Amino acid sequence: MKLLFEKSVPGRRGVGPGPSDVPTTIHLNGDLLRDRCAALPELSELDVVRHFTELSRRNFGVDTNFYPLGSCTMKYNPKVAERIAGYPGFAHLHPLLPQLRMGDMLAQGALAILYEMDLLLREITGMMGFTMQPMAGAHGELTGMMIMAAYHRDKGSQKTVLLAPDSAHGTNPASAAIAGYRVVSIPSGADGLMDLAALKRAIGDDVAGVMLTCPNTLGLFNPHIREICDLIHSVDGLAYYDGANLNAIVGKARPGDFGFDIVHLNLHKTFATPHGGGGPGAGPVGVKEHLVPFLPVSIVVKRADGTYALEYNRPKSIGYVAPFYGNFGIVLRAYVYILLLGKEGLARVAENAVLNANYVRCKLKGHYAPAFDKLCKHECVFSTTEEMAANGVHAIDIAKALIDRGFHPPTVYFPTIVKEAMMIEPTETESKETLDAFIAAMIEIAELAQKDPEQLKAAPVTTPVSRPNETAAAKNLNIASL
Amino acid sequence: MPFIPHTEQQQRQMLAEIGLTMDGLFADIPADLKAQSFHLPAGLSEMEVRNRLAELAGKNSVDLTLFLGGGFYDHFIPSAVYSIISRSEFYTAYTPYQPELSQGTLQAIYEYQSSICRLTDMEVSNASLYDGGTAMYEAMMMAMRITGRNKVIIDDSVHPIYRVMIHSHTQNLPVDLNETHCTNGLANRAEILDRLDDQTAAIIVQNPNFFGCIDDFTDLAKAAHEKGALLLVSCYPISLGILKTPGAMGADIVTGEGQSLGMPMSFGGPYLGFMAARKEHVRKMPGRVVGETTDREGRRAFVLTLQAREQHIRRDKATSNICSNEALCALTALVYLALLGKEGLKETAQRCADKASYAYQRLTAIKGVEPHFKARWFFNEFVLDLPCEAADVIARLIEKGFATGFPLSRYYKGMENSMLICVTEKRTRQEIGMLAEAVESVL
Repeated sequence: MKLLFEKSVPGRRGVGPGPSDVPTTIHLNGDLLRDRCAALPELSELDVVRHFTELSRRNFGVDTNFYPLGSCTMKYNPKVAERIAGYPGFAHLHPLLPQLRMGDMLAQGALAILYEMDLLLREITGMMGFTMQPMAGAHGELTGMMIMAAYHRDKGSQKTVLLAPDSAHGTNPASAAIAGYRVVSIPSGADGLMDLAALKRAIGDDVAGVMLTCPNTLGLFNPHIREICDLIHSVDGLAYYDGANLNAIVGKARPGDFGFDIVHLNLHKTFATPHGGGGPGAGPVGVKEHLVPFLPVSIVVKRADGTYALEYNRPKSIGYVAPFYGNFGIVLRAYVYILLLGKEGLARVAENAVLNANYVRCKLKGHYAPAFDKLCKHECVFSTTEEMAANGVHAIDIAKALIDRGFHPPTVYFPTIVKEAMMIEPTETESKETLDAFIAAMIEIAELAQKDPEQLKAAPVTTPVSRPNETAAAKNLNIASL
Repeated sequence: MPFIPHTEQQQRQMLAEIGLTMDGLFADIPADLKAQSFHLPAGLSEMEVRNRLAELAGKNSVDLTLFLGGGFYDHFIPSAVYSIISRSEFYTAYTPYQPELSQGTLQAIYEYQSSICRLTDMEVSNASLYDGGTAMYEAMMMAMRITGRNKVIIDDSVHPIYRVMIHSHTQNLPVDLNETHCTNGLANRAEILDRLDDQTAAIIVQNPNFFGCIDDFTDLAKAAHEKGALLLVSCYPISLGILKTPGAMGADIVTGEGQSLGMPMSFGGPYLGFMAARKEHVRKMPGRVVGETTDREGRRAFVLTLQAREQHIRRDKATSNICSNEALCALTALVYLALLGKEGLKETAQRCADKASYAYQRLTAIKGVEPHFKARWFFNEFVLDLPCEAADVIARLIEKGFATGFPLSRYYKGMENSMLICVTEKRTRQEIGMLAEAVESVL
């Protein structure tokens, strides 16, 4: 398909600001101006609309069909949240208004939402205070690591090591390293859970903390989770909960009760805000009482008269991780979602997400090799079978064959500790009919892996492009049309 | 239950087929770890939620006439922007890990990267970062990786919130941050050159700077390069419709806040951090990048590339921890730039400058109101000195329906009587006239 720039027609006009109602009174010094216009395309509004409509048809979203991308929680994104985020009272609110004198009175509605969201998330996670500033999950991790560092610095502790399991999302070690920690990876045992003996060997006075997802990226809940938190606390370390997989336990169990000190949530996963093709997300961070003083500025507080204000005077705070209050538009959508579901609805989320994952797991285990043949939480992980491997069929071939059958593939080749991994997360918003159709497609593909593996290796054939040459993309780098 | 399709009968059937019970699904969570309390309100209907949120929206003052900018701008957004980005094939997609199903997102990001390069006169761009502040922090970290040095010079005419964000993000890191002090509206050459040495990784400046003044950093680029340091420039993308580009000045890494490119202010986000750089630095750049390639039939195709820099491959050795970025905001910026096009962006930028200079003339004609920086070029923001405290004047103007300017004393000592005024293409001659009258009446 042609690029926007290739469709450009010199002299064609799109949308302009219209005629001016003021005189051009000052002509800027020519040395300060660009010597030629930015080479943007010259297109009509319809040209642009058609271009992007065509692009949208070359894309696949949750609204298109089943999207069981493991660890990404691709659930339905309620339309009402989009509509409310567009209300002028939210969309047109300038973020600097509260910094004017008595300016917080100009944004009482928005501040009320931030305040109430803090209380709701505390109750959901068992924490004692939240910041809405982090603008994505990984940004939440970094914020959590900064809080951890500030806590230890405040106590005068010299701690340099952060522990994370080998099954962790890549963002965990990356966030810890970027915050200044040396990352030590703890292996998983044969049961897929963190090896407790290895953890005990790694524990020492230099350990600042541990980062964990629970359930982990294999979809397994660690029954020793409290013991792990206690071990970390025994050397005055902090336990960090990566909330990427909270969908599995929301309404059923709370990371705060397990012993975690810091939590981040991915509102774009558990709380149903759309992923936008890779963002924007939101990664609020919650902490226990002893870490509340370190949360970023500002914090929304409620005055005695019931109005809301921003508190900036927080001497131990780590400062600002976002210019204002984080991705407010995303926090707002998640707030809408929580109001719609309420207590009962949220508890049903985990139940049905776990039911769906186990249903898929049980139905597929005769056809693919389960990484762990036991109860899972929100997602299940399979490998290709030995017979498939003998026929040269890889996880990627199964993924591409699913595309031709109308489904988005699962996450493949992650977690890296499972060979030929296929990580399936159905979420609670998918119907039995959809799951059955997916299972049938997976079984058909497993059969083809024996009968006609070449067909799988040729897939996909129904998409606008077939498998792209990724090696050439990196070798002959072309990342901008100039 | 909302959004859960299973009937009770289907649930029973599914549980029976897999030989489990609902309680059994959670048998792996020890009893003492199950939630003891879960005090949340009961769910509401869509109608109730919309009513409640409409009421909350009504408690936000969005009817004020905005002469408030400070890095976040009230520009006109064409209707087609909303129509296009509301297509759910875009907004309900995940990161484009499966290229055959994601050519829409991937091509759009490639076109976005191209547009950012064309706008800034740089050679490479990433697929987006969170916002202008984190983009500046990432650029600083990138400069330290490239040079192997840890000294950074930043002028205080750079957005004060960005400076605080950089300070916060580097508390636990060995970064030697040196702040210089803006002189008469421009980055302080004497202080910067005094601090610049062969240990310096980067000089960080902004154009137009926080006070709205236009600078040309060609001299700083030359001076930085002579010492093996990099020049990092943060810029306001709308201004690049007419202003000299960071690329033309010799900048090495360019970042900025992309909110002005079609995104509503939305009380602070979601926004768009953009980053562009010289090609030689591409492998040190953080964030996702989309590249062009071909499929098996030789057709043009787009993929995520250079992933060996990223956290999911390199883990603790990655160039950044970023995973989710602001993809839909990048799409928004692209659609906005495509709709305005070459001439439309130039006209919009020119209109901002014209309206700001008209407002400047009207306001400085008022007795007691003086420009803070004499003989400085500005784009669409400028600083006025008042005969009394600016915060006080601003509060009185709010009562008259204007959100006028930002009190600079909040971030700068000795500027108690100064306010920063912003004028975008949305403000009319009439509104500017009414503002002038209102200012006159409250002084």
